[in-house]
Amino acid sequence: MSTSPKNTQSFNEHYNFAYLDEQTKRMIRRAILKGIAIPGYQVPFASREMPMPYGWGTGGVQLTAAVIGDKDILKVIDQGSDDTTNAVALRDFFKQTTGVSTTTSTKEATLIQTRHRIPEAPLNGDQVLIYQVPIPEPLRFLEPRETETRKMHALEEYGLMHVKLYEDIAHFGHISTTYAYPVMVNSRYVMDPSPIPKFDNPKMHQMPALQLFGAGREKRIYAIPPYTDVVSLDFEDHPFTPQEFSEPCALCAAENVYLDEVILDDKGSRMFVCSDSDYCEGRRAQGHKGHMAADPVHSNELSEA
Amino acid sequence: MTVSTLLKTAPKAGFENPVLEAQAVFRALMNAQAKPGTLQSLADIKLSPPAPLNKAATAIILCLCDYDTPIWLDDKLANSPEVASYIRFHCNAPITQHRHEAAFAFISEPEKLATLEGFAIGTGEYPDRSTTVVLCQKSLNHAQSVQLQGPGIQTSQSFAPSCVPAFFWRQIQENHQFYPLGIDVLFAADEQIAALPRSTKVIIEEQ
Ligand SMILES: [Zn+2]
Repeated sequence: MSTSPKNTQSFNEHYNFAYLDEQTKRMIRRAILKGIAIPGYQVPFASREMPMPYGWGTGGVQLTAAVIGDKDILKVIDQGSDDTTNAVALRDFFKQTTGVSTTTSTKEATLIQTRHRIPEAPLNGDQVLIYQVPIPEPLRFLEPRETETRKMHALEEYGLMHVKLYEDIAHFGHISTTYAYPVMVNSRYVMDPSPIPKFDNPKMHQMPALQLFGAGREKRIYAIPPYTDVVSLDFEDHPFTPQEFSEPCALCAAENVYLDEVILDDKGSRMFVCSDSDYCEGRRAQGHKGHMAADPVHSNELSEA
Repeated sequence: MTVSTLLKTAPKAGFENPVLEAQAVFRALMNAQAKPGTLQSLADIKLSPPAPLNKAATAIILCLCDYDTPIWLDDKLANSPEVASYIRFHCNAPITQHRHEAAFAFISEPEKLATLEGFAIGTGEYPDRSTTVVLCQKSLNHAQSVQLQGPGIQTSQSFAPSCVPAFFWRQIQENHQFYPLGIDVLFAADEQIAALPRSTKVIIEEQ
């Protein structure tokens, strides 16, 4: 070997680098290049069995395995957090099978595999964001037949999608979809952005980083190149609006970020905190303090009492 | 017969480290495709290409081609036994005479190409079933440039490949008209690669 992975101690030599065999990587790599050439179009690929259940993001895992190299720094997030069981397991999987460095810092990472969120910190042109996708076909709930949805994409027949959104407005006075809110990519393909909150949709538009999407069970890969138009579907008289939060993060006082509700006790006390844990920690380290942030003096008094 | 005479007729070696070098070439290709017209370096890759292929074109073959990807070769490459045995030995890809069957087309003398027509451009349902055309280049810093716009490009990107046939830019503009169908083009200079995916709009500057 002319180049050896950095962290040879934890590198499991019994597997090929990044687990997948080279033939599978080649097939996935060809699909990625086609996906980039046709932004938002779902490229079929021969998805492989991975040593984890489909719900764990085997599509994203296969993309990461085909893209990752020994100089990469990998971050894995699940719902914005680096510390969930899913995120920790996938990060360890790649540590074991590649020996690459991992990080929880959005800024440091060269590859970010994600489930259900886009980081709050803006990404740069040297980074790649890899999404785990459960259902890649945005038209699936309107038309179960793959042959028909393929035809609809081919003919740009997206009228049904607008009808569905319009029915929402008729029922609720607004579009009720809050996750996996459909987008139009490069003025051509309607695309499912994966189950991210619609709060994150505007971040996809003209993003400097390459975005790759992998659906393992459904065997589809798609992509958004950097600086590509990504527009959330809407109507002139009912324009798209991302979620808004009435209060800042209780821990770091950040505004205009996506917040999770945390239940504090069985009496119904709760607080809203950043879903992006790295972003929240970074702000607290810089000295930003929300109204529920632990005050060292105050908590000392409490423990003495 | 000795081992050294045997090895003289054997195909040249592939990557020194097949796993990590294939990954490095792929990342260069992925960056090229994601940022059309930018030059991506292959300087860290060590290869002895079979004549008359250059290093970058050889790296693309090793990185992307296998028994699933029929290859079309221009006359000069098709007439090279060294190239044929290299492709057979390293990736076992079938060589096809028919442009529309090709997953990849390798063209060592782009100036002598008669047309870009005939390669697969995919179908409405499957626009990915198309040919990726690889043009060997002397350099990607030619005096005469075009401007590129589209996905992957923030405003405009100038692009100056040295070896393209006279009809090339006109046919590439037509190719873009078919979008999302169309061919994708890779440019392979010795140490550098660049890409012109079908999504890119080409603006020819007035001379
Ligand atoms: Zn916070």
